[in-house]
Parts: sequence; structure tokens; C-alpha cells
Amino acid sequence: MNVFDYVNYWIAILLLIVGIYIVIARGNLVKKLVGLSIFQTSVYLIYISPGKIIGATAPIIAEGFELYSNPLPHVLILTAIVVGVATLALGLAIVVRINEAYGTIEEDEIHAQDQDPE
Amino acid sequence: MIAAHLPALQVVLPLIAAPVCVLLRRPLAAWLLALIATWASAAVAIALLLQVLEGGTISYMLGSWAAPWGIEYRVDIVNAFLLVLVSGIGSVVVLYARASVGYEIPVERQYLFWTAYLLCLAGLLGIAITGDGFNVFVFLEISSLGTYILIALGRDRRALVASYQYLIMGTIGATFIVIGVGLLYLLTGTLNLADLSSRIGSVSHPRPQLAALAFLTVGISLKLALFPLHLWLPNAYAYAPSAAAAFLSATATKVAVYLLLRFYFSVFGQSQVFAHLPLPEVLLVLSLAAMFVASTVAVFQRDVKRMFAYSSVAQIGYITLGASFVSLTGLTGGIVHLFNHAVAKGAIFLLLGCVALRMGQPTIERMAGLGKRMPWTTAGLTIGGLSLIGVPGTVGFVSKWYLVLAALERGWWWLAIAVLISSLIAVVYVWRLVEVCYFRDPSGHEDRVSEAPLSMLVPALLLAAACIFFGLYTSATVGTAAQAARSLLENLR
Repeated sequence: MNVFDYVNYWIAILLLIVGIYIVIARGNLVKKLVGLSIFQTSVYLIYISPGKIIGATAPIIAEGFELYSNPLPHVLILTAIVVGVATLALGLAIVVRINEAYGTIEEDEIHAQDQDPE
Repeated sequence: MIAAHLPALQVVLPLIAAPVCVLLRRPLAAWLLALIATWASAAVAIALLLQVLEGGTISYMLGSWAAPWGIEYRVDIVNAFLLVLVSGIGSVVVLYARASVGYEIPVERQYLFWTAYLLCLAGLLGIAITGDGFNVFVFLEISSLGTYILIALGRDRRALVASYQYLIMGTIGATFIVIGVGLLYLLTGTLNLADLSSRIGSVSHPRPQLAALAFLTVGISLKLALFPLHLWLPNAYAYAPSAAAAFLSATATKVAVYLLLRFYFSVFGQSQVFAHLPLPEVLLVLSLAAMFVASTVAVFQRDVKRMFAYSSVAQIGYITLGASFVSLTGLTGGIVHLFNHAVAKGAIFLLLGCVALRMGQPTIERMAGLGKRMPWTTAGLTIGGLSLIGVPGTVGFVSKWYLVLAALERGWWWLAIAVLISSLIAVVYVWRLVEVCYFRDPSGHEDRVSEAPLSMLVPALLLAAACIFFGLYTSATVGTAAQAARSLLENLR
């Protein structure tokens, strides 16, 4: 097995781990959302990669072409991207509200404020 | 003519009503629209259940695209039951929420509550009704986004943090589900769940199947708050607006449980993957941990809403326990418990909303002497609590009876005893509340406290009465649940 045959999967898995690591390890709420976005994006790659067949063309029936790429994963991922954008937007909106309510977006400071009632 | 399109209407009604609410803006108009949409979709759900009981599984092709290519809505006895439950609870909560939302949410934001509420309902109904793997994800995200908004509308600023936490964990869960569905698509070349289940038996590679199953299990478990993935739940339910907490605790986790059953029994039913992975045993251990740990944590909570939120985690443990038996009795018990918990927890959170209306976030100390001030509310809370414990005469007894029977069928005496002991822990936290409400003197300064308005009290007590009604007339729930369990088990190899 040649490692480079699966290079897009390796990158996708790397991004997946990087993303989820940021979500877990960072205390800044915006950075967490960035990590979450990277995590989601890696899944787009996992979906798109198998749809592409090397040497194949776009799935439009025409003379002289036998091999077609699979369009379905692309369509699915278009939907997933929209969902991802909506989630990110909502997440950032909530962070703005948190900043208004607490005056900070650091997780530990928010936690400390909730611990001692003012 | 219209009867043929009921499956689509089920989802489309609340989905279309949601953006219209934004246009209407006026709280009263938005509420009226939400009322009409939820009651109509409840009527559709009941009609669908009757159709299924009469004529068997309904398959609906969206846009007339044939099944494995187009999106199929598939209604069998399992999800017809769930649709009735979700839309039924949804319509009761709408009645209640008019006064509750009016009190808890500023006027200029109320229409947003109704929009998010309808979106959430549409998403939950969509997850239940769809027969397409990717469609499940889309509806899951629709309902989740609605849920995050509902939680963030809570008055306490901690609601914002709770919503954010749930957004992070919920998105990770949903993304795991997408990965699982994607792996299944790579293996079989189809996204249709029924098609998947017939093709997966002939797939010979166990490893990608195992990976798909693992991703799906973890993803769905995050959404259903299976112990130890429940961390988002207590704060989310405690600080969300009362009506939202009641609706979510009664429906959102139940739909996730359905999704788990659907994937385990229907999709992976023909697969050999369970020979490689002792999943029922894993589920059994986690369920037991949930029942004991979460119940014990509940005993030590000061905030009553948080207490019942932890109790939710424990009750979900009973439901998954029923699934882990992989037997007719066990599954029947699990499904009845799903129903029981939806009704009882719905009633409890609605009544806690009544308490919150009169005296702010309900803590144990504030509820002292509540029996004298809000007798109906307290009586309802007690009934709901008894149903959570599983006292004979309530619907909780029926489900625990079946769970114990299932354990004895297997010859697992220790498990039957464990169910009884964990119920005793439930007795502790429910009794703690009852004792404070009935046998303590009021803490003094809030003398003028009286019952909540009837528009809130009546729907809440209706659900509490349902706990007793379905505890005495068991044939409707147990009969349907047993049929549902049978149809799930039929597909197992």
C-alpha cells in the first residue's frame, strides 16, 4: 500500500484531529468555533474524495466518455456546507451575546464568574 | 388526494410556518400561527398512525423520485408512534407557552421563540419520518439549530453558555453521524435506510462497518445524552425558557433514541457487525451507569430544574437498557418508558415553569410550603414524580415492569434488583421535593404567591393526568409499543 495513494484521506484525518483538538484544548470561545469549523470541513473532504475518479469526467453524458465522477457526494456536501455556515453563524452570535453578558469570551473566566454569585 | 400526501405535510406545515412567524412579528399572530401549525401536524400524525395501523408501512416518494435515488419518507409503526408523541407534546406545550413565554421573554423577541420552536418541531418530525440517511442529518441540524436558539432565549445569562456548550457538542455529534452515514454510503452506494439494510448483509468487510457503527453510536449518543455524553443536558434544561425545557426534555432526546433504534435494528439488522462488537453489553453497562450515577447526582442538586434534568439522564438510561436486551419484552419496556418519560418529564417541567412564573428559578428552599400556595401544581409535580419512580397506577410502573420482566427472562436477577435499587434513588429525590413542598412552612416573604394562570396550569395538569390514564389503561401504549418492538426485531438476522 502506497501511503500517497490515500493522501487526501490522510489530510482529512489530520484536519479532523486538529479541529477536534482545538475544540477541546482552547479556552477561547471563538477559537473553539474555528476548531469546530475545521473539524466539519475535514468531513467534507472525506465525502468528496471517493466521488472523484481519476481520469473520469463530469457526469454529463457525451460521446467519447465512459468514466464519470459521482456527483452525489458533491451535492450532499453543498448541503452540509450550508449547515456548517449556519452553525458557525449561530455560534458566533451566541459568543457575541456571551461577551455582552459576561464581558469576556474566555471559558475559565466565565466559569469563575458563574461560581461566585455577584 | 390529501391523504396520500400526509407524510410530506407532517414536516412541511411547521417548516413553512416558521419563516412566516418572522414576517408576522406580532407575538399574538405568531403564537396563533404556531398553534395552528402544531395542532395541524398533530392531526396529521394521528391520521398517519391510523393509516399505518390499518394498512401497514407507508412509503412516500418526495417529488415522485423513485426510492433509492430520491428521498423516501417511510412511516411504519415505530415512527408513527413517535410522530404522535412528538407532535402531541408539541401542541400541548404551545397552549401552555403563550403565558409562559409572555412572561419570560421580552415582547420584541417572542416571535423568534415561535420561529425556533416550529423549526425545532419540524426537524424532530423530519428525523422521525425520513427514510434517507443524509436527510436524517439535515433534519437533525434543523432541529438542533432551533434548539440552540430556544435555550439561548433563557433569561439567565448562564443559558447562553449552556446553549454554546450544546452547540459545540451537538455539532460534533451531528458531524459524527455524517461520517457514519458517509462510510455506509461508501460501502453500499446508497443512502436510503431500507435499501442500506438490505445491502449491508452482503458487505464482507467488517472494519468499515465497525467504524460506521462506532461513529453513529457516539454521534447519536451525544444527541440523546447517553451517560457519559450527557454533560450538555443539565444546564441546557435548567436555564432554557420553561416551555422550551419542557418541550425539549419530552421530545428531543426521544427522537435521538428512535434514531439509535433505527440504526441498530433496521439498518444494521442484517449486518454481521455485532458479532465483532459486544454492543448490547456496552449499552447495558452505560445504561446502568446512567441510572445510578445520574440519579445520585440528582439527589444533591439545589436547583429543582437541574435535579430533574439529571433525572432525565437517568431515565434515558432505562430506555437504552430496554434496547440493550435485544428482546421483545425489553424493547417494549424501552419504548413504553420512552413514552412515559416524555409525558412525565413534560408535565414536570411545565409545572416547574408555573413555579418559576410565581417565584423565579425554583430552588428547593424556595419551594418550601408550596403545597399550601399552589396545591394543583404541587399535586401535578407529585404525580409526575411518582411516575418517574414507577409507582403502580402510573405509566412509569408499566415500563419498569416490562424492564424487570425482560431481565428475568434472561435470568439476570441482579439486573432486576439493580432496576429496583435505582428506582429507590428516584424515590429519594422525588421525596425530597414532596417533603419540602408539603411539610415545610413557607419561607415567609412571598405571601401572595398563588396558582399560575389556567392557560398554563391546564395543559400541564393534562400531561400529569395522562401519566395516570396510561398507567391504568395500558393496552393502547403497550400494544403499540409491542407492535413497534416486533417490527424492529423482525429485521434482525
